[in-house]
Amino acid sequence: MSALVTAISLAQDPPAKETLAPIDYGAIMPMLIILGAACLGVLFEALLPRHQRWSAQVALTLLALVGAGVTMAFYIADAPADGTLTLAGAIAVDRPALFLWGTLLALALGAVLMIADRTVEPGGAFVAQAAIRPGTVQDREQRLGAHPDRRDGARFQMQTEVFPLTLFALGGMMVFCSANDLLTMFIALEVLSLPLYLMCGLARRRRLLSQEAAVKYFLLGAFASAFFLYGLALLYGYAGSVRLADIANAAAGSDRSDTLLFGGMALLIVGLLFKGSVGPFHAWTPDVYQGAPTPLTGFMAACTKVAAFGGILRVLSVGLESTQWEWRGIMWGVAIVSMIIGAVLGLTQTDIKRMIAYSSIAHAGFLLIGAIVLTPDGLSSTLFYLLAYGFTTVATFGVISLVRDADGEATHLSQWAGLAKRSPLVAGVFTFLLLALAGIPLTSGFIGKFVVFSAALSDGMAPLVVIALIASAVAAFFYLRVIVLMYFSEPAPDGPTVTVPGAFTTASITLGVVVTLLLGIVPAFALDWADAGTFALR
Amino acid sequence: MTSTSNAALLIALLLIPLVGAVVVALLRGNDKVAKQTALGFSLVELGVAVASWLAYDPGGARLQQGFSVDWIPAFGVHLSFGVDGIALVMVAVIALLVPIVIGAGWADKLPADRTAGGFWSLILLQQALTIGVFAATDVFLFYVLFEVMLIPMYFLIGSFGGARRQYAAVKFFLYSFLGGLIMLASAIGAYSMASDELGQGTFDWATLVQVVSDAPLSNQIWIFLGFFLAFAVKAPLVPLHTWLPDAAAEAPIGVTVILVAILDKVGTFGFLRYLLPMTPDASVELAPLVLVMGVAGVLYGALLAAGQRDMKRFIAYVSIAHFGFIALGIFAFTAQAEVGAVTYMVNHSISTGMLILVIGMVVARGGSSLIADYGGLAKVTPALAGVFLVAGLASLSLPGTNSFISEFLVLIGAFGPEPVFTILATVGMILAALYVLWLYQRVFHGPLRGDALLNVAGGPGTAVAPAVAARKAVVDLTGREKLVLAPLLVLVIGLGFYPAPVLDVVGPSVEATLQSVGVTDGGN
Repeated sequence: MSALVTAISLAQDPPAKETLAPIDYGAIMPMLIILGAACLGVLFEALLPRHQRWSAQVALTLLALVGAGVTMAFYIADAPADGTLTLAGAIAVDRPALFLWGTLLALALGAVLMIADRTVEPGGAFVAQAAIRPGTVQDREQRLGAHPDRRDGARFQMQTEVFPLTLFALGGMMVFCSANDLLTMFIALEVLSLPLYLMCGLARRRRLLSQEAAVKYFLLGAFASAFFLYGLALLYGYAGSVRLADIANAAAGSDRSDTLLFGGMALLIVGLLFKGSVGPFHAWTPDVYQGAPTPLTGFMAACTKVAAFGGILRVLSVGLESTQWEWRGIMWGVAIVSMIIGAVLGLTQTDIKRMIAYSSIAHAGFLLIGAIVLTPDGLSSTLFYLLAYGFTTVATFGVISLVRDADGEATHLSQWAGLAKRSPLVAGVFTFLLLALAGIPLTSGFIGKFVVFSAALSDGMAPLVVIALIASAVAAFFYLRVIVLMYFSEPAPDGPTVTVPGAFTTASITLGVVVTLLLGIVPAFALDWADAGTFALR
Repeated sequence: MTSTSNAALLIALLLIPLVGAVVVALLRGNDKVAKQTALGFSLVELGVAVASWLAYDPGGARLQQGFSVDWIPAFGVHLSFGVDGIALVMVAVIALLVPIVIGAGWADKLPADRTAGGFWSLILLQQALTIGVFAATDVFLFYVLFEVMLIPMYFLIGSFGGARRQYAAVKFFLYSFLGGLIMLASAIGAYSMASDELGQGTFDWATLVQVVSDAPLSNQIWIFLGFFLAFAVKAPLVPLHTWLPDAAAEAPIGVTVILVAILDKVGTFGFLRYLLPMTPDASVELAPLVLVMGVAGVLYGALLAAGQRDMKRFIAYVSIAHFGFIALGIFAFTAQAEVGAVTYMVNHSISTGMLILVIGMVVARGGSSLIADYGGLAKVTPALAGVFLVAGLASLSLPGTNSFISEFLVLIGAFGPEPVFTILATVGMILAALYVLWLYQRVFHGPLRGDALLNVAGGPGTAVAPAVAARKAVVDLTGREKLVLAPLLVLVIGLGFYPAPVLDVVGPSVEATLQSVGVTDGGN
């Protein structure tokens, strides 16, 4: 530790001789495993014959996730309580970062299981070859050809590059929530975003919708990245450093022009809020959630939210803490707008994936309340909320992928009418998940809301909490609407059927549901994890 | 885990219906077995409730038969239960009504592809959760059960109700859910007051009562308003009542009994258990608001009840009037009015529960709940007419029936401090006589008439005169129905002449509640 401190002070001291700071490999090992496995996955694509790729990639990905988790568990046992900086201070491995890593790995495990599933959609939810254009003969062939009873079906198995791409995105997310300077954060942002843009366009069915989603996500995402980069540049101009702690110090006591600071801060935050799909920077969310292959939507909705809010939490509490009175009012407004957009526009949706997208915008508003509290309670409550929300979301998209008709997933709400009569189990599970999203007690969603709201109340945000409660009640209406449809409506004669999921999707949904229930009934252990420590403020 | 003596009884009261719900749900393949099992569990529950009543010592500690287990230590949340006299009588009433409801609904036809097992399992679940709400002594736990309690009721109305069941179920859920969320804000507020005061937060009811009741009035008012909104939706006070007529009209009869006679009492129970002790200053300060809402409910409910065309909606408005009365009794802050209000909660459950069941029996015979579809029924079913009259008279508080004592106590007790409101509420009593007797007259007297009755007899075109056929087709009370109504009939008359058992149990708890508001002698 003392060697590390010396190393950092050396790195900060220009006249000192250029030395490479020692790297704490133990701390960053989970990240290295994930990124290393991603590189290995790319090699698999190049070297293995087609028919072996799927099993090799799935095994590699799951191994990497489990391996990273185990390494992390070993590291946590004797990690310094107040965190450690490594890679010359670019990465902060502190308790919140470890909590977020754990959350990301667990959520990714659930999502990867769904991505790997080849029974729900014969051949997998991803297109056989990305280059196939919608409406062409090849497109029709790959749609029909993946049918298990067709002999040359193997040719039309899913594109297996999605596995290394997922790992790259995951690695980017892990770096993102532990990045201690803005430049590292920006690179992580790109590493996590680019694979997601690409994978959005890979749906096997409804290729046009999927490609449209990818283009939209890419264009808007590029804008957001530009905002972030511009903000970064202004802040560097202001503070002379990209490190969060230096920016905080510069802002705390200096007579430099505030224009640079505020401009930089605003642009930076816009970039971050975009990733977290916080309204009014949410415009991409419904389209992308709807168009992307559903397993990927689950991954994106859960993990990107965790990573983005991990980043927002760190930037706000480490970098911008000293200027909180300047931005807090604006963030109040953003949180309110996000909750209202999510809750009100969610009411008007007729597509279940779009509805969940608006629900995620409302949830982003709730999360933002926790993120701007800036007390240790605020931090731990937001972390808990992320964990709870992530698992519920993965399982929700898992269930959505099961309800299908001849054209693929039946996502129009009217097609869900009377589902409980045909498959009570799926309807029951989905009802439970919707109640969790609505925040009904005995689900993790309630405990999440409870901890966030009580942290906000004790920090003097009573009006914001009341608005949030009303937004929750409004949002409850559209979750209820789905329950009404499933239970109290007559099924349509040519309605969709529920596919019996294979082992992978079943495991993924079960994981999400069990965690949602567990965190709702005995949340104490997870609350303790989330409360283990604060950001390393160096 | 910490527990006091006889905690096993309360644990059993909570667990029996819960286990019953699971068992009955598993047996839903066979309607008959499921029904019998549900009845068995509910009778065992009734037995335990009687034991619990006998074990309760009115002169003893405020909360008895209690136990407590850590739940979420980080927030000082416990799974802790216990009963005082008020909670005990409510628990006893639920335990009594559920087997009666099961008996009354024994032969009901369920909607297509719904199973009896599903229905009775939800009823038992509802029973367990409602008992939990009355017995919870941790504010967080109370909130959790308060909200979770909505879910079985939502499915009971939505899956088994009438034509507009979807609308009614969603409306019911959203009203209560929003009220509950606002209450949550107040509960968190009380929690953070406790953590400022004591250094560590807790949701323990007794501790929160101490902390919040010492807080300045301005803080108390915020806490009061949050809790009050939730309870006023539940109890329903005008103008937060609009969900009740829809829910009561669309729900199947047994569910209407549970909803009106039991679930709504959580609101008035909340006034007594949470508002008065926790926020005494705010309760006194804002009492005029509650009194206005209460008396408005008495008059508005009475007038609308008189104007209803549907018997189930009628019962909802009658109850709104009664809940106004109970609110008047609670917020008059005298010992008599308070005891009157609490016994009114019990008596309303018994007499209104009976009235709903009898109306259900009428509806089961005619297949319609419109008043205009009936007439002269007493000629065909004299026994049914008789019990209807008794239930109706009990609900208008005729002397000699159980409700009379309660209503009398409320009026006597409230007259001293609030003469104007009391006189207005008395007008409501007179209107009650009007609407109940008018309904009875229209349905049971006069010549045999009404589509429902005549159609039962075979409709137009049959050879026999319809009136003659109706006599044959419409049967009087069956043995099962008599058995179901008998205990209620006994209680209506029995408690009318000898109310002491209930008064003795609730007396000390009411006194303790009043002491916390700073009233000790009241109107005595």
